[in-house]
Amino acid sequence: MDGQAKKRLEVNMTTVTRQLDELIGREYRDGFYTTLATDALPRGLNEDIIRMISARKNEPEFMLEWRLKAYRHWLTMTEPQWANLHHPVIDYQNICYYSAPKSEKDGPRSLSEIDPELLRTYQKLGIPLNEQETLAGVAVDAVFDSVSVATTFKAKLAELGIIFCSFSEAVQLHPDLVRQYLGSVVPYTDNFFATLNSAVFSDGSFCYIPPGVRCPMELSTYFRINAKNTGQFERTLIIADKDAYVSYLEGCTAPMRDENQLHAAVVELIALQGARIKYATVQNWYPGDREGRGGIYNFVTKRGDCRGANSHISWTQVETGSAITWKYPSVILRGDNSVGEFYSVALTNHYQQADTGTKMIHIGRNTRSTVLSKGISAGHGQNSYRGLIKVLPGAENARNYTQCDSLLLGDQCGAHTFPYIEVKNPSARVEHEASTSRIGEEQLFYCTQRGIAPEDAVSMIINGFCKAVFQELPMEFAVEAQKLLGVSLEGSTG
Amino acid sequence: MLTIKNLHAQINGKEILRGIDLNIRAGEVHAIMGPNGSGKSTLAQLLAGREGYQVSAGSVDYLGRDLLAMMPEERAREGVFLAFQYPVEIPGVSNALFLKTSLNSIRKHHGLTELDAMDFLHLLRDKMKLVGMDESFLSRAVNEGFSGGEKKRNEILQLAVLEPRLAILDETDSGLDIDALKLIADGINGMRNPERAIVLVTHYQRLLNYIVPDVVHVLSQGRIVKSGGAELALELEQHGYGWVEAEYAARNAAQER
Repeated sequence: MDGQAKKRLEVNMTTVTRQLDELIGREYRDGFYTTLATDALPRGLNEDIIRMISARKNEPEFMLEWRLKAYRHWLTMTEPQWANLHHPVIDYQNICYYSAPKSEKDGPRSLSEIDPELLRTYQKLGIPLNEQETLAGVAVDAVFDSVSVATTFKAKLAELGIIFCSFSEAVQLHPDLVRQYLGSVVPYTDNFFATLNSAVFSDGSFCYIPPGVRCPMELSTYFRINAKNTGQFERTLIIADKDAYVSYLEGCTAPMRDENQLHAAVVELIALQGARIKYATVQNWYPGDREGRGGIYNFVTKRGDCRGANSHISWTQVETGSAITWKYPSVILRGDNSVGEFYSVALTNHYQQADTGTKMIHIGRNTRSTVLSKGISAGHGQNSYRGLIKVLPGAENARNYTQCDSLLLGDQCGAHTFPYIEVKNPSARVEHEASTSRIGEEQLFYCTQRGIAPEDAVSMIINGFCKAVFQELPMEFAVEAQKLLGVSLEGSTG
Repeated sequence: MLTIKNLHAQINGKEILRGIDLNIRAGEVHAIMGPNGSGKSTLAQLLAGREGYQVSAGSVDYLGRDLLAMMPEERAREGVFLAFQYPVEIPGVSNALFLKTSLNSIRKHHGLTELDAMDFLHLLRDKMKLVGMDESFLSRAVNEGFSGGEKKRNEILQLAVLEPRLAILDETDSGLDIDALKLIADGINGMRNPERAIVLVTHYQRLLNYIVPDVVHVLSQGRIVKSGGAELALELEQHGYGWVEAEYAARNAAQER
């Protein structure tokens, strides 16, 4: 089964019902802009900018060196062209690579010190920043533009030896851990966008769970792009030591903006022997307007390393935002008996484009991976699943099961599947299933004939389609994700 | 309750219904029989609000309202129910959720409070006994992996839960073995009451052994060619549809002369 298979699923839409036609398009709910005094560097990228970023963050020498190595490597690279994505050329010299709310200089120590405008922004987003609200069990490390401004529950977690803080803080307080693990899953030479991130990343989250500790709450980060023309370059590093467990939630929203904004994040997960990391994302960046103007360009590198035997990493993502999504959360199954999972719902509406999927690299013996991808296309949206299953010679009895389902709404959108399978061990078993369907008039009529409003019917059908993925999300997030799908698609039915 | 006058309808320019006249009163059970392609299912779907038909002439009055001007969901909420010949599957949506959403949409329309999960379950359990369904059915996805008989029973369960004013059953008897047929017939007979009209669209007389209709209509080539009592169905069973069509043709010819 060597080689690569490419398949483009034919998009064949006949009639579009009144409901579906109108279904598409609803104003972006999180589109508001916060007026804050910001401390930004001039646009453009060169070694001086990188030195300034590093200096402002008061970084140790090893960090600056790493950034500069990445930058110099980046200069030798070109933007990848293989994805099924189309966008204007990005001018990397016209981007501001660092922006922080001014008040950060004074370092807020409690919520009362935080700019009320900022708090109101969080409130609009429904982020549970206040202690009372976080009593529900979510610790939030909120990233506003580039600097983490508030971290809750840190003390409680510290009792267990858990470190959960902003990346900048980790660099100051736990430089040895950062030095040991940074770039160990996604090296600074990895790919164009990850390398750019390595050079200029401004902040992000850091998490370390000590051996045998089960993190008692869901850890959560909300990212939000705010300042105009500020590329957001986040870096997240999560380490689960031996037999540790952590469930991590990442949620994103970005306000409306006319210019396209670049987002190139890197997430590295490391699971040592017997450890388990669950990483869930609900991504709702601004997708652009109905005509495809504006919106976030989201080029993300997410990779987990099942470094120890019996370790387990699962990615669950609900991608409803961004004009462009380029994202392949992957797992390197290095340890024997390790398990990798990828559960994804990707929705493209209007002129959104998504090229997303995963890579499962089987290295250890008896490694198992599961891929479940649900793509929903509406309007002129283009949705591609791109997945690599690679079984190396030493991966005795490796198993993979992949299922990709696409759902089409309307006749202007597209669904594409690009599975790549490379198997170098004869004992491996790799299965791939793919389906494409559309919300038919039949289904819709069946629902409306039972008195259900077309809008509710579509939402019900789509949630049914995504159910297997939503089941992998923590409860509160699953509810959120369902609502988000409703908001992203709702629009105009009736 | 339902008055259809000179209804003409086309699909893609092809005339399927060519002048239907029908009057159905509350409390009555009508059977619409006819050979394949006579327009039975078209009539049933058109009344329920299926898109894709062009009505070129005629009118349909339902409880004093122009039925054809109402959206499908509005018709359903006003009490028009179609038991589908081929119920569709909705993967990932449980029967319980689907039926609860449906019932509450209708209740809300009538200004009634929406049932919560507990009340709904209570109601559903009683109705499920009527059609011989067990609990596992609740969590299964709508019609997904159902046998032909299960799909039909599910339609009758929905009928029993939603309690419509006008129930149109499209070939509900097709593909059922005799036990399932009896069960379904019992379910339907239990729904008969003075406030409700039932229209049975069927190809065979078999179902009418169990549900005795007040009126039987024969549909042929888009027209009702003969109407009569329950005994008409037996005649059709014995002699086929040919003689009715011939009789209609002769009558028409006589009128033209």
